[in-house]
Amino acid sequence: MSRKFTPKVVTANHLLEGDAVWLTADDQWTPHMHKAELIEDEAHAQLRLLHAEQQPDIVVGAYLADARAGDNGPEPTHFREAFRTRGPSNYAHGKQAEAGNV
Amino acid sequence: MYNYTEFDDAFLRERVAQFRDQVDRRIDGALTEDEFKPLRLMNGLYLQLHAYMLRVAIPYGSLDAAKMRQLAYIAERWDKGYGHFTTRQNIQYNWPKLKDVPDMLAALADVEMHAIQTSGNTIRNVTSDHFAGAAADEIEDPRPWAELIRQWSTDHPEFQFLPRKFKIAITGAPNDRAVTKAHDIGLRMVRDDAGAPGFEVIVGGGLGRTPMIGKVIREHLPPEDLLPYLESIVSVYNLLGRRDNKYKARIKITVHENGLDTYRDLVEAEFVKRRAAFDGIDQQLFAEINSRFRRPDFIDAPVDAYQAAYDADPVFRSWADTNLSAHAQPGYAIVTVSIKAHGATPGDASAEQMRVLADLAEAFGHDELRISHEQNVVLPHVHKSHLPQVFARLKAAGLGAANVGLVSDIIACPGMDYCALATARSIPIAQQIATRFDELKLEHEIGELKIKISGCINACGHHHVGHIGILGLDRAGVENYQITLGGDGTETAEIGTRTGPGFPADEIVPAIERLVDAYLEHRADAGETFLETYRRLGMAPFKSALYDRVAEQDAA
Repeated sequence: MSRKFTPKVVTANHLLEGDAVWLTADDQWTPHMHKAELIEDEAHAQLRLLHAEQQPDIVVGAYLADARAGDNGPEPTHFREAFRTRGPSNYAHGKQAEAGNV
Repeated sequence: MYNYTEFDDAFLRERVAQFRDQVDRRIDGALTEDEFKPLRLMNGLYLQLHAYMLRVAIPYGSLDAAKMRQLAYIAERWDKGYGHFTTRQNIQYNWPKLKDVPDMLAALADVEMHAIQTSGNTIRNVTSDHFAGAAADEIEDPRPWAELIRQWSTDHPEFQFLPRKFKIAITGAPNDRAVTKAHDIGLRMVRDDAGAPGFEVIVGGGLGRTPMIGKVIREHLPPEDLLPYLESIVSVYNLLGRRDNKYKARIKITVHENGLDTYRDLVEAEFVKRRAAFDGIDQQLFAEINSRFRRPDFIDAPVDAYQAAYDADPVFRSWADTNLSAHAQPGYAIVTVSIKAHGATPGDASAEQMRVLADLAEAFGHDELRISHEQNVVLPHVHKSHLPQVFARLKAAGLGAANVGLVSDIIACPGMDYCALATARSIPIAQQIATRFDELKLEHEIGELKIKISGCINACGHHHVGHIGILGLDRAGVENYQITLGGDGTETAEIGTRTGPGFPADEIVPAIERLVDAYLEHRADAGETFLETYRRLGMAPFKSALYDRVAEQDAA
């Protein structure tokens, strides 16, 4: 029995920067999860993941992560993915440090 | 301190050039990630949650001022101005960019450092007693042997594709400060009945998913047989170790599944052949290495200044009582500098702090530093008359915490704040525990208590051998922390026992506080440590402290 498909985003790390990035609907890689394409269909998700995996010169380790629709776009459902949108909790490094400039 | 030969230096430069070319080819697209990953791992480069991470070897935890200053320079030039000292005496940089890593490795090579074999299924950076060459209880300085092992294992052609990673720890003292019983191979120097030094060889220890205390495979190995014997152990493992299942691939499983006696028989049979093939070159090399470890020119001076400060200044006295250890040389002390300021990240030192440590080593410490597996920095040779000055400089740099061995001297792995393998965070839990016990002003009253925190089952934070161990897990999408009690990483090594169900993040600090309260209530006297009380009374009073009140609340 197949489980009900939960919405996904395609995410990876940027090859040069190492930073977490997400795939947008118009085929860009964004450092902001809320700009990602929220994928509600399983077959489409697989196609988008394949698309990501064909860009090894831009990203590393692409995968599908669970997400839900939020007011500003896709939001994480798991704490690990939430940390990836911010950075570490012990210093204001990573994305949270740049948040003021967005 | 070992100084590189021309051969060592040329080897490192060659490796940096190779890796520079590999990075260029990865960025150009000539290498795929699948091709590149094993190459970057061989050079200590991981890809973590938010960025790349470069793990730099500090062989057997020893370094000098020039090396420490270069680590500071690298932190500022290519990272975010700090480094993280790890439980394997390494340093990790959390924010390098891929294109910068070859330059970082070149800068390391300038001071005879590298990141080789800090990852991958090879023999990893050999660890040692952080008091090596200084401790009053030492039989011999183990570092020349550790350096011999480093040179033997680096790029050893037979051992580049082992079933799994392989970790060796070595100590020259009967009091085990190197957790030798939790390593793939542990080496403890002991004397035989005639008084001759040799190595007790321990095999098949390890933490992680299946924690095991190592078993003694040879009670007294003559030091000159060290390399052929190590080679025999690793070669038997290389053929016999399981490659079908990553979780059963470590030597601890190989020894466990085949039995120690069978494993020993295989090793001894192999040893006959290997011993014959070693024609003495290893002993020549050892003699050369040994001559490069110069004993410091110790001074003979009065210690009045120390005694005066000790009597007059309670802050200095508290630090001296907690952070100093007995030195083999009269008039000297070993200083453990706590990298665990209350509320700070365990093991993180800023570039500025690294420079202060380098300056102190140069001015007062015979140019020697050590990194401990407990994520502190050691000045191994300080004359007692210099201690008041040393303490003043440390304090000014935020390095004056008087908490070594106490409840806030916590080992914590990077956890899910950085690590891609983690299942929960470790650092905030360590920060909160340290802050809480600092508020209570209880830690000197509590005395020796080792808390160790891992953010996943792989146990980089050594939680199994913590007096109190904390393991962070993902339970149904929420961080949850399991507690173990009674672990011990010394010569009386034991794996801790789980108390029961885990606690959510906001309940783990109060739970630890209840455990400590139970200890204070039940200890026989102020001299009985937490571990001793636990061994005398067992789990019951601690379990009750952890769970009874919760059960009452649930019932209400």
